[in-house]
Amino acid sequence: MTRKMVTIDGNDAAAYIAHKTNEICAIYPITPSSNMGELADAFSAQGRKNIWGTIPTVEEMQSEGGAAGAVHGALQTGALTTTFTASQGLLLMIPNMYKIAGELTSTVFHVSARSLAAQALSIFGDHSDVMATRATGWGMLAANSVQEVMDCALIAQSATLQTRVPFIHFFDGFRTSHEVMKIEQLDDDDIRGMIDDEWVIAHRNRGMNPNHPVLRGTAQNPDVYFQGRETVNPYYEAAPELVQRTMDRFAKIAGRKYNLFDYVGAEDAERVIIIMGSGAETVEETVTQMIADGEKVGMVKIRLFRPFSIKHFISALPASVKKIAVMDRTKEPGGAGEPMYQDVLTAFAEAKTEDYYQFDDMPTIVGGRYGLSSKEFTPGMIKGVYDNLNNEKPKNHFTIGINDDVSFTSLDYDANYRTSKGKVFRGLFYGLGSDGTVGANKNSIKIIGEGTENFAQGYFVYDSKKSGSTTTSHLRFGKDEIKSTYLIDQANFIACHQYELLEQFDILDKAEEGATFLLNSHLNKDEVWGGLSRKYQKQIIDKKLKFYVIDAVTVARETGMGMRINTIMQTCFFAISGILPKDESIAKIKEAIFKTYGKKGDAVVEKNYTAVDQSVSNLFEVNVPDTMTGSDALRLIVPEAAPEFVQKVTAEIIAGRGDDLPVSAMPNDGTWPTATTQWEKRNIALEVPVWEPDICIQCNKCAMVCPHAAIRPKIAGEDAFKDSPETVKHVNAKGKEWETGSQYILQVAVEDCTGCNLCVEICPARDKSNLSRKAINMADQRPLREAERANWDFFMELPEVDRAAPKHTTVKGSQLLQPLFEFSGACVGCGETPYVKLTSQLFGDRMIIANATGCSSIYGGNLPTTPWATNKEGRGPTWNNSLFEDNAEFGLGYRLTIDKHLEHAKELMILLKDDIGNELVTSIANASQANEPEIFEQRMRVKQMTDIVEKLDSPLGRQLLSVADNLVKKSVWIMGGDGWAYDIGYGGLDHVLASGKNVNILVLDTEVYSNTGGQKSKSTPLGAVAKFAAAGKPSGKKDLGMMAMSYKNVYVASVAMGSNDAQTVRAFMEAEAYEGPSLIIAYSQCIAHGIDMAKGMDQQKLAVESAYWTLYRYNPMLAIEGKNPLTLDSKPPKRHVKEYAMNETRFTILSRIDPKLSEKYIEASDVAAKEKYDYYAKLAAISYDEA
Amino acid sequence: MRLSTNYMGLELKNPLVPSASPLTEKLDKIKILEENGASAVVLFSLFEEQIEQEDSSIEHFMDYGTDSYAESLSFFPKAHEYVSGPQDYLENLRKIKEGVDIPIIASLNGATPGGWMQYAKKIQEAGADGLELNIHYLPVDFNETSADVEKRYTDIVSWVKSNVDIPVAVKIGSRFSSLPAMAKALEGVGADALVMFNRFYHPDIDLEKLETKRQIHLSHSRDIRLPMRWISILRGNVKLNFAASGGVHSAKDVLKLIMSGADVTMLTSALMAYGPELIKTIEADLITWMDENEYQSISQMKGSMSLIHSPKPQTLVRDNYMRTLLDFQANNKF
Repeated sequence: MTRKMVTIDGNDAAAYIAHKTNEICAIYPITPSSNMGELADAFSAQGRKNIWGTIPTVEEMQSEGGAAGAVHGALQTGALTTTFTASQGLLLMIPNMYKIAGELTSTVFHVSARSLAAQALSIFGDHSDVMATRATGWGMLAANSVQEVMDCALIAQSATLQTRVPFIHFFDGFRTSHEVMKIEQLDDDDIRGMIDDEWVIAHRNRGMNPNHPVLRGTAQNPDVYFQGRETVNPYYEAAPELVQRTMDRFAKIAGRKYNLFDYVGAEDAERVIIIMGSGAETVEETVTQMIADGEKVGMVKIRLFRPFSIKHFISALPASVKKIAVMDRTKEPGGAGEPMYQDVLTAFAEAKTEDYYQFDDMPTIVGGRYGLSSKEFTPGMIKGVYDNLNNEKPKNHFTIGINDDVSFTSLDYDANYRTSKGKVFRGLFYGLGSDGTVGANKNSIKIIGEGTENFAQGYFVYDSKKSGSTTTSHLRFGKDEIKSTYLIDQANFIACHQYELLEQFDILDKAEEGATFLLNSHLNKDEVWGGLSRKYQKQIIDKKLKFYVIDAVTVARETGMGMRINTIMQTCFFAISGILPKDESIAKIKEAIFKTYGKKGDAVVEKNYTAVDQSVSNLFEVNVPDTMTGSDALRLIVPEAAPEFVQKVTAEIIAGRGDDLPVSAMPNDGTWPTATTQWEKRNIALEVPVWEPDICIQCNKCAMVCPHAAIRPKIAGEDAFKDSPETVKHVNAKGKEWETGSQYILQVAVEDCTGCNLCVEICPARDKSNLSRKAINMADQRPLREAERANWDFFMELPEVDRAAPKHTTVKGSQLLQPLFEFSGACVGCGETPYVKLTSQLFGDRMIIANATGCSSIYGGNLPTTPWATNKEGRGPTWNNSLFEDNAEFGLGYRLTIDKHLEHAKELMILLKDDIGNELVTSIANASQANEPEIFEQRMRVKQMTDIVEKLDSPLGRQLLSVADNLVKKSVWIMGGDGWAYDIGYGGLDHVLASGKNVNILVLDTEVYSNTGGQKSKSTPLGAVAKFAAAGKPSGKKDLGMMAMSYKNVYVASVAMGSNDAQTVRAFMEAEAYEGPSLIIAYSQCIAHGIDMAKGMDQQKLAVESAYWTLYRYNPMLAIEGKNPLTLDSKPPKRHVKEYAMNETRFTILSRIDPKLSEKYIEASDVAAKEKYDYYAKLAAISYDEA
Repeated sequence: MRLSTNYMGLELKNPLVPSASPLTEKLDKIKILEENGASAVVLFSLFEEQIEQEDSSIEHFMDYGTDSYAESLSFFPKAHEYVSGPQDYLENLRKIKEGVDIPIIASLNGATPGGWMQYAKKIQEAGADGLELNIHYLPVDFNETSADVEKRYTDIVSWVKSNVDIPVAVKIGSRFSSLPAMAKALEGVGADALVMFNRFYHPDIDLEKLETKRQIHLSHSRDIRLPMRWISILRGNVKLNFAASGGVHSAKDVLKLIMSGADVTMLTSALMAYGPELIKTIEADLITWMDENEYQSISQMKGSMSLIHSPKPQTLVRDNYMRTLLDFQANNKF
């Protein structure tokens, strides 16, 4: 029987089986497992049924803890239930996992294994998360490749029903979860063949039912708990054999044979590696090569890690084994060794007296760590591990793949060692996230995988920034199964889809001799050589590359494709790679285009077809000369002025050489310097704003809305401009507060700008003779780059505006304050960062931030460079990200420390008052710090005090010095998105609001989980399409502000900068000034809304004008003064919600899917919006007069 | 008394046809028009821009930001196949055809020869009885001559006519150097009827916001004079049918236009203002007038006052113009 071949990724493979074999999926998004839940939801939305003929229910929960609870409940009532998760999400499930196992309940959790946040968060793959659950009593089955994911998902499902042991089925995050592979798809009969109905019925019958009531979850006492715990032993003892039988049954059905422990290698192997997960594939590839080279090596793939069968494990090894390296993809600091290493040791020690023990001497066993956070694991490294075993005393507790110059754990290895590649196509494609390179490559894999006999593999590497990000696609095709689970380091095809990237990377360093190089270039086939630097010319000549060029940008423009060059580059790839005959490949591309766009209209299809045809006729081979003509400009990665750490560490990461950094280069406790984005000049904007001083009214709105702090005003005396660069522009400052002759300058950081256009859109000043010309207009970046770089440096050297001069409560004034959040990696046109930046301007020099995991923690803290900055005194926000779910509590912890240390500092001052002076102590202790000048004075007083105390050199004095900083007011900010505030962190947020403590909470409300890709939250509005709300969210948005107001002592503000920026600034000032908890809910546009991001502020305006979003401030201080605490800042609605909603794809898409429902939702939203407005208006109108 | 009229081969029970507007967008509204006596309906327009751009724009926003960052490889669910605007139009057309008995004339609005014209075929496949090709073009290219502009019209009509079998009416504006020559040219490439005229919604300026603002003004009865004039000039000289559009508010308007040579009269503004029941009223008034004036049928009066029935057409045109101005001068009291 031939089964369908599909090209899918690991998540897809797991979701396919999970959906076929379950009735309920309770899920919560977390990278890299989110796609599994999304796919399950999509399958159900498409009406796909499980093998018993019913469509599984998919329920998104508020957290992984919630998902685990829902799963537990569904299991306890007899439904076949699953979930998908990873990393911290899995940790949140642990309490329920103990329960589920303790109750001998059958279920499979599918886990794309990911690093745990320790010294830092990482979204990438290793086994830290699954290893943290190994004590829960769950079976643990590892899949090493995409095919194995599909197979093992089913084996696990079958096994759990038979054994009554719940299973974690896991595979490596990203490497397997996101690797696209051509695999054989199991069909319904295969699946049915693996699951007997009687097991399912038995599972249901174990469910709770009032018709035959039972009681579970008792509380047991010392007398019986222990015995109760031991009742399950027979199930665990029986499980391994049952799993093996399940694997055997699977082999009969599908033909692929698995064992609990699979040995691969020489029969007389002396050196053996024990490994689990995707790394095993590369070990197998290496073993094959080494055996061919005459070495006696072998390997064991651990598939069933729990329950660990010592007998099966020992029996799997050949008797010839002398030395063993156990490879753990996790770290247990302080342990006797990593988990697998310990189990292997235990196995040998325990088996020694058993009859199946086949060894004369106990082999030497060492353990090593590899591949944390998806660190590469290559044949060279594996060879290094085998070489270590050749030593008489092999290094134990080693690491491989890094340079550990601190504890010297790392093994040396030959980075140039390669396995034979055979006739495998290995292509590297460099592109931008925005140019569709990845999408086109996924499509190519499908075409080749499904249209030819070739095996196909695709893996994609993304940038750490959300704007202007680059992508690298690694594609392998070949007649034999592909085992290489590592990046391509020797390519026979390299495509550079963006000319600019030539400068950024060494595009050709991985090209092998005779490889083909395809370049998208604005220079034609005769000019392109002259444009290349010497570095490239040399490689092309030396490596005898075949060099092709196409001007894809022009072809795209002329064929109406706009900026989308992906189809064009894909066509060129097929035309020259020779993987398929040219005509056949073009036909297949067109077929794929029709599949994608067919339903969306002929015009789109036609346009794409034309682009394909034009690509071929515009593709040229370049005649490569023998001589080099180019030069190599020495390009500094960061300027010489950057601090030493940035030069030595950050710059290396920026340059893509982070893998080469030794352990000693890393901070040992996760502490990194701030203010580093200023050193990374990304030059990603094609167009940047240019200022016209004669038109400008100096309102500073442009600076206010800029998401990246790339347009800034300053006011300085005329003298300061004496030696300014030639093209620096300035003009007389408007406003009475400035001395005559003061100059206003508005400077753009063209190398940091992302070209989002928000500033131009918001600019209210226009040329009276040409209304299309504003005070700022977009212009090409390149011609401006050099001059503006010098202008920016000059601008930064100008003194900052005296903070006492501008009115902080106004937009104009606030924007003259230095932003201490700059040049983040946030999306182009991000709606969140303008608020974040505003807080840094107003309170940055005394700000301490707790940031929930999400977009803001990524653009706020993702390496290589981070945006939180410092002022010239070296002060600035200090920032940390604890977790997703605990951010409010984390921030409250800051407050508790500050309050405690403040109290203690006062106590110590009193004890030392004779030395310090009574007057100074009193003035410090009783100081009002209501505004910046007062805070400044307090800082001076505290300085005066600490100067005295330092001289004392006494134990009490030293105590006081360590807490004295807290005598100056600090500003605690708790920030995060709506996924945190409305869902996973709501319980904590609520508690912190109720605590009455002085913290400021900023909710960056995008109404969707933005960072994980648009899943619905409880902030998602009625009728919006989001993941898990594919048919529009049927319920409305939670009124978080109203809930907070019910406490009466919480300051609450709802703001939308694009509608009323002055109200935004007022709200931030009031919130911070309020001595209790404050909550600001900030409307933030997001690409997940499906809008033109340049119009983000216009959307905010429409949102408020239609009452979709209400502006208000609830200030408990007013109530104390006997006034109504609620101020409604929105004007009465003057638009239908439709006028706002129909500009956003999240709403319009529903009108295409289900127009009637869409209309109903929009009407209902409008009614709800107006009702809400009326309600708030009435509340705000209540008279609080005593009379 | 026979109110029936033949328009592009379609036998219509009266000359009262609601033209493309929000009233002709959905089946329920069209049913009401039918119940009130509309003899046919021109469906709301499908625009070239919708066909050419809207799909790619939805596509654009669905795709925007995807495959760029490892955690958010997409932003929208994959669950549903959405229906594009043009597809929706065809689906809607099918439903309307099933739901009513009167002929349905679909409307395709564009100005640049291109892929959107393919939709003429799809419209025919979806069951439209006729097609109104609304060519709304405002030249802003200073190198484009009047001949180029005219060719644009004939190219579009020619392509559409050679690809569909249903009758095709062409809705045009009144500003051509020689409307008769244009009419002849359109007849030459196969047009079955002219719809006269398209209205140009010239934008206004918002002095407060300093931007242009769009506004639609409903027509008045006096607006019928422009189509009346031109239909009367063209009638009989070309074999085209004529639909008068713009200003039809009463039976009198209908009568005047029919006498000038219109085969049907199109209604929009009046229906927007007075509701679909107006059709009934106009129909009753028509009968009363014809009764009182002893007319047997609409066809009897069709073109009875067109220019070909005037003894010296050319003289009359200038003469009328001159007399109008002279009268105005004579009556001017200032």
